[in-house]
Amino acid sequence: MTDLTQKEKDMLDGKEGPLLEFAMALVLKAASIWKAPRLIEASFAHIDACHYYGQAHLDFARKLEREGASFPIPSWTNTVPVSLTVSDGREANNQEFVDGAKEVAEIYERIGCRPVWTCAPYQLPDGPKLGDHIVGSESNAVSYYNAVVGARTQKYGDFLDVACALTGRVPFAGLHRDEGRIGQFELDVTQLPEELRYQEEICHLIGIIMGREVGSQVPVIRGLPVSTHKDSLKGIAAAGAASGGVAMFHVLGVTPEAPDEQTTYAGGKPGRTYQITTKDLDEAKASISQVKSGSVNMVALGTPHFSYDEFQRLAALIDGQKVHRDVTFYVSTSRFVAQMVEDSGAMEIIERVGVTVLRDTCTYFSPAVKACKGTVMTNSGKWAFYAPGMLPVQVAFGSLNDCVQSALKGEVVMSPSFEG
Amino acid sequence: MMGDRIVKGELLHPGSASGEILVLDTAVSFWGGFDPTNGMIIEAGHPQSGEKVTGKVLVMYRGKGSAGTPAGVAESIRNGSGPIALVLCEPEVNIAIGAAVASELYDIHMPVVSLNHDDYVTLASAHSVVISTDGTLTVRK
Repeated sequence: MTDLTQKEKDMLDGKEGPLLEFAMALVLKAASIWKAPRLIEASFAHIDACHYYGQAHLDFARKLEREGASFPIPSWTNTVPVSLTVSDGREANNQEFVDGAKEVAEIYERIGCRPVWTCAPYQLPDGPKLGDHIVGSESNAVSYYNAVVGARTQKYGDFLDVACALTGRVPFAGLHRDEGRIGQFELDVTQLPEELRYQEEICHLIGIIMGREVGSQVPVIRGLPVSTHKDSLKGIAAAGAASGGVAMFHVLGVTPEAPDEQTTYAGGKPGRTYQITTKDLDEAKASISQVKSGSVNMVALGTPHFSYDEFQRLAALIDGQKVHRDVTFYVSTSRFVAQMVEDSGAMEIIERVGVTVLRDTCTYFSPAVKACKGTVMTNSGKWAFYAPGMLPVQVAFGSLNDCVQSALKGEVVMSPSFEG
Repeated sequence: MMGDRIVKGELLHPGSASGEILVLDTAVSFWGGFDPTNGMIIEAGHPQSGEKVTGKVLVMYRGKGSAGTPAGVAESIRNGSGPIALVLCEPEVNIAIGAAVASELYDIHMPVVSLNHDDYVTLASAHSVVISTDGTLTVRK
């Protein structure tokens, strides 16, 4: 049974209108399933329901606008399946999809969401901070906010995200509570050669293994260097959420709620420890990477959205080169980060060599991209995990450098096995 | 009927349904692992990839995957490609929300029920089931 304040009861009883009555009923359904004793106020929301998937998204958005929805807390939009700024080559093939996606996006902007259109809202300034209770939705962002920022959120899927944002309330349950954030399962990477532990590619594979091994527990990674970059943590968050639904993890000595073992495990011990070996890395890579050689049709970077630092690394690797004529090279990012990269001068370097930068959207929503078939090379564990089911492609997964070298050569370039 | 067994589940979203069950060996995500336009499981490497869930009582131990899950559920209810009911062991909010939104928008009420472990195991080895609006399941061998 969930206790409600008078204001929350008023919403539930329809005294604040039918839309808040419906929204509060959804929040309470979640609270009841999670056995939350009460609701708490949220300070921020990341909305995934703006990401069109079919008629249900459109009908829901139209209902919101018709019934006068307004958001009492900052509510930022997730990435959308079409580019809102440029006309796409494949639009004509599926006009209904493109029109639906654009209408849904426009509605959320009209009803007061901040139109950032990104799956990596944590790369933008003025977002949530350590200890804030928020409404996270897109799975990589939920995991990243919990683990790396230390803001607290359950995974609020489509529609529940909007319901929480409209009411400004979330169930006091799960990852909002101290006890829900205690480490339960240890992934120990200390047996891996040290140089591997500094590599971003390895972090994506750790994420894939983490998702597969832990179910819904809170995993703790032991043995990554203190200097582990936020982009590597993004890779862990995204791959772990894709392969297994991990919504929170710690990296001992790296993430803010894991300064030491005592704090991370709240004085206890992990229920289970899994030692990651180089063999595990090879197997994880083989599970998401079907090809090791041959020609490359496309390179897809930026899942989740490419960061400013990633753009700088890409620019340094590719400056003065030329993307092979048979390769389409896409990078997905937010319009905010794209602007920063333009201001830095790196965008010009990247576009000059033949790279296309997609804003607001992602390469695995096929209407946005041309010629997405054959072999696609990516540095994203998440992209590699999902794409073969969604697109007519086979995937080669590798490091950022592997992706760049493959794009230049027109053939898959991949590091040898980790086991050696 | 002889051999029927009555079990009581926790009602995550009310509705009634009767039909054959499809037990998923491992969880599937309703966004990314499932195509709501045709009801097919599309997750690469999933042991039941290529199977259709349309018209079945879908039985899976737990939910999984992306934030799009409620939308995948709601969309598949709207266009009739989805299961007619969903039975879990671990209660799952996103699936229940998808069903609740479909109820509100389309007046179609797909039941979502969770069972304790023993009852889940019983159901998973059955052939068909009748689900009532109060969360009672009549399990047929």
